[in-house]
Amino acid sequence: MKQFLFFVQKEFYHVWRDKRTMLILFGMPIMQILIFGFALTNEVKNARIAVLDLAKDNASRGIIEQLSASRYFDIGQYLTAAEEIEKAFQSGTVKMAVVFPSGFENHLLHGNQATVQLIADATDPNVATTLANYATGIIMDYQSGRRGAQPAPLSIKTEIRMLYNPQLKGSYSFVPGVMAMVLMLVCAMMTSISIVREKEMGTMEVILVSPIIPIRVVIAKMVPYFLLSAVNIGSILLLSVFVLDVPIQGNLGLLVSECLLFTVTVLSLGLLISSVADSQQVAMLVSLMGLFLPTVMLSGFMFPVENMPTALQVLSNLVPAKWFYYIIRNVMIKGLTFDYVWRETLVLAGMTLFFMVVSVRKFKTRLE
Amino acid sequence: MSNDLAISARQLTKRFGDFTAVDAITFDVKRGEIFGFLGANGAGKTTAMRMLCGLSFPTSGTATIAGFDLAGEPEKIKRSIGYMSQKFSLYDDLSIVENIRFYGGIYGLTDQEIKDKTSQLLEVLHLQDQAKTLTKALPLGWKQKVAFSVAMVHQPKIVFLDEPTGGVDPVTRREFWTMIYEAAHAGTTVFVTTHYMDEAEYCDRVSIMVDGRIEALDTPLRLKQQFNSASMEGVFIQLARKATRSDG
Repeated sequence: MKQFLFFVQKEFYHVWRDKRTMLILFGMPIMQILIFGFALTNEVKNARIAVLDLAKDNASRGIIEQLSASRYFDIGQYLTAAEEIEKAFQSGTVKMAVVFPSGFENHLLHGNQATVQLIADATDPNVATTLANYATGIIMDYQSGRRGAQPAPLSIKTEIRMLYNPQLKGSYSFVPGVMAMVLMLVCAMMTSISIVREKEMGTMEVILVSPIIPIRVVIAKMVPYFLLSAVNIGSILLLSVFVLDVPIQGNLGLLVSECLLFTVTVLSLGLLISSVADSQQVAMLVSLMGLFLPTVMLSGFMFPVENMPTALQVLSNLVPAKWFYYIIRNVMIKGLTFDYVWRETLVLAGMTLFFMVVSVRKFKTRLE
Repeated sequence: MSNDLAISARQLTKRFGDFTAVDAITFDVKRGEIFGFLGANGAGKTTAMRMLCGLSFPTSGTATIAGFDLAGEPEKIKRSIGYMSQKFSLYDDLSIVENIRFYGGIYGLTDQEIKDKTSQLLEVLHLQDQAKTLTKALPLGWKQKVAFSVAMVHQPKIVFLDEPTGGVDPVTRREFWTMIYEAAHAGTTVFVTTHYMDEAEYCDRVSIMVDGRIEALDTPLRLKQQFNSASMEGVFIQLARKATRSDG
């Protein structure tokens, strides 16, 4: 046991004395949360649009007013002729154009039917769809406002409730994702590098000649990064609650334990990598390519897994971050209890055990 | 097995696929002896030493280290030997004191023992002022001396030194060998590989490996007589010329 403590102490010196890495390790999660929270957002706000009003009557002006009053749109340009539409899109200053044909109100009042044309820049299909939907909504609102007291003879009204995230904030989904990413980087990459470094330096030989038991070496290597990760989990949760206003709906204890479980999963993955890799560069590449990319791509954080081809869906089951992401989303955002996530927890625990056993075995065979 | 023998290897062999790195070497090292293990690059010295340290399993053959069976009692062997690797074996980002403390710690020394050992080593090496200096700031010669002291921190019965004086100036080499003599005098068996032929002269007995086999083994004096050469260098060149495999 004392041997083990000496080893842990040494590992802390390594981490502590490498100030630049320390800064990255603690700074990265904070940066990521802030960048994702404030800069990278797929919510649409204040999109610039162009208006071509050939009608210039009460109805068209009313709709334009409501469009510009909404927080989604800024009227950037008033056009006077249909030819200018194309130019406005080409110059890239507007995302959507709204066209009112002449006699708009007339058609509405007497023909009972009027047309507004929405032209959107679909180079970014998601934004285009979102803008068109928002505009349609605003126009519908105007229509029902005009109709006033007299209801249409037949109408279905949809009533929408957005559960768990009523304001449709992007941060609700990326906080669990960032957590998975940060833990992946800190734990997997740093542990794998820290073991490979000793192989490169030659100190590993001296350790293997010494009577210390391999599994103690392996665990001692994990301890500092485990503690670092605990600090990171804390700072991410604090930032999300107090800066991004993402509430923790579920049990905090459950949430933290799941995070710590995932930390151990990733630590053991890092150990596995280090038993394969012979140089620090290889360890870094393997953790980036083999761990980080699947975490981003296949965890469901960036792209919904349900929409992927079956082969990728099956593959995504091998990505620990997918299970972690599922658990955290459900516990943190939906407020579900352990009863709902025990299966996923079991999968993570199983993976952890597997990685641990394999890496300790591999580590021992290094002795040959 | 006689108790006078620190190391006793019998037909020790290591094969990597078709390549026989170490080919059935048999030799004994007496207790308290300084045993020089010579050979050209790629002759199999390091592989042989790694087997004796338990870093690598022999393909065949047996050995007894400090009276313990290499295959059956690796844990007991580990406690009885010290090892200084060819690569640098201290931690650059730890101070001298922290390095001593770490290695003492993993060999199971008590806090008091570590403390005593540390002040003793610092005094012997005249490094009291550098105690808190990070190892990377030390000159290579000092690092090597500290590394040797660290390999000796648990007072092993046998210490294995793999090219301990590589890249070190002659004065420091001389000082290093004084330390080796002192260790041997205190009863530690020293098993050392080297490329410097003047160092071979300092050894009690020397073995010369060629192509994985031990081609000569005796005291430096008798080897020089046997090969009719004025220096160990002449002996070495005569033997090494027979080698069919080159560096690697």
